[in-house]
Amino acid sequence: MPDRKRIAGDLGLAALVVVAMSVAHGVYSNELLLFNFVMFLTLSQGLNLIYGFTGYLPFGYVGFFGAGAYGFALAVMHLHSPPLLALAIAGLAALVLAVILAPLLRLSGAYFAIASLAAAQALYEVIANPDLQDLTKGPYGVSLSGVFAPRLSYFVAVAIMAVTFALVVWLRNSRFGLSLQAIREDPVSAAMAGVSVVRGRMVAWLLSSVIAGLSGGVFAWHISVFYPDTVFDVTFSIFATVFTLFGGATTLTGPLLGVFFLYGVYNAIGITVPQYFQLIYGALIMGLVLFLPNGLVSLLTRRGFRVP
Amino acid sequence: MSPDPLLRVEGLVKRFGGFRALDGVSFHLAPGEVLGLMGPNGSGKTTCINVISGLYAPDGGAVRFDGQAIGGQKAHLLARAGINRTFQSPKPFLSLTVAENVAVAATYGNGSGKPVDVMALLAELELDGLAHRPAGDLNSAQQKTLDLARALATAPRILLVDELAAGLNPAELSHMASRLRALAAGGMALLVVEHLMGFIDKVTDRVIVMNAGREIFEGTLADATRDAEVVRVFLGGAHG
Repeated sequence: MPDRKRIAGDLGLAALVVVAMSVAHGVYSNELLLFNFVMFLTLSQGLNLIYGFTGYLPFGYVGFFGAGAYGFALAVMHLHSPPLLALAIAGLAALVLAVILAPLLRLSGAYFAIASLAAAQALYEVIANPDLQDLTKGPYGVSLSGVFAPRLSYFVAVAIMAVTFALVVWLRNSRFGLSLQAIREDPVSAAMAGVSVVRGRMVAWLLSSVIAGLSGGVFAWHISVFYPDTVFDVTFSIFATVFTLFGGATTLTGPLLGVFFLYGVYNAIGITVPQYFQLIYGALIMGLVLFLPNGLVSLLTRRGFRVP
Repeated sequence: MSPDPLLRVEGLVKRFGGFRALDGVSFHLAPGEVLGLMGPNGSGKTTCINVISGLYAPDGGAVRFDGQAIGGQKAHLLARAGINRTFQSPKPFLSLTVAENVAVAATYGNGSGKPVDVMALLAELELDGLAHRPAGDLNSAQQKTLDLARALATAPRILLVDELAAGLNPAELSHMASRLRALAAGGMALLVVEHLMGFIDKVTDRVIVMNAGREIFEGTLADATRDAEVVRVFLGGAHG
């Protein structure tokens, strides 16, 4: 099954976006906006790993992002870690959280979505607890001005994005990715096909969480001053979910389309005329759910075309 | 003297709450043999297959495969060890293509050491023309055949067939019957759950009739139809 032409096409698209986001940094001055694009490109594909390939939709995906941001912050504040080490700790924090939350995978559908949201909220409450001020600075937020490096952190974010894209391309073209989709379609049949359902789900869950953790870590590094409200804002989950669904899950193209189009619209009019933005967003999402439940790419895929 | 049994089920019990779906059923199955499992609805036929294939853990008794106790082992490990099945209502991976459906099983479930040629298997089952179509496009007879292809891709030594014939037309039925006979002729052991007597008659060497979670008859189908207990279970009978 490994089809060289397909893999080359998928990698080509991934490389194009990575190069475009790298070059954009040199020609466009709004670095924070570009960083946010990179971050949502990464988060959407991270969510795609777990939702697109296994069917689990974690509303609490932001919990891993927040865990990563605070993992980074605590490592810098208390261990005086250099940023790259702190980033590794951010990923580890999300990984540990994912292992703790692994029993949630016994739930399915809306129950899983809501339970994961509750877990993210619980973590937020713990970190924002004023009694933990000595450890986490509680609700008063953290300042990491000592490691502030906007340019370097931007390119590290692009590197994390590139790795995430590569993971998605691998899942789309590997037997393992196929086995995950089999589990998504029918776990009982997948087991009878010899697939270890528990192991497959667990691998996707951990990969997906680490991506969000690294993303949160590099976000903390990039903005360097933030509050628990900032990094546990459920908007991160909602945006990543909507972008992925809009473009079409299980593909590389879908979440990319979703981010560039919807996040583009959001930045064009969402800040200046928020009421129109919400109207347009609402209408778009309704239209999509009604007419294109598998996202924009399904316009092509249901006609038998393969998209990267 | 028949060959040593490949599968031996001894006093198998499965409870759901207070209900004993399997209440001490026992039988055996030899390589190359086709055993029919019959009985009225609710008599425990599908539960029996679910326990043997590892979807449920037994609450009592034993399942021995090649002499090894396998009761309660995980389904994916049993699939690799050589026990596979089809489902009463087919359960393909709908968004995957027909070839991908079978490729997953050939990759993960084949513990025989001999690689399975997916396209050849599809050709054998006359699904090769649909190989690159999503399984969701198939009609129900084709999905049943795909279910069988998925099971065969794991190179099973025991195949549990749960109402494969239901819903097939007469031509498809006789085709399917000869397929199953051919598998048995190749040394595979088959346990066939079926309601259609004609199909059972064509395919099986021997039948077990179950009622209320235990076997009440073992022998040929012809003898089963003359057995007073079997007739009573299927048709009802005079009281007392």
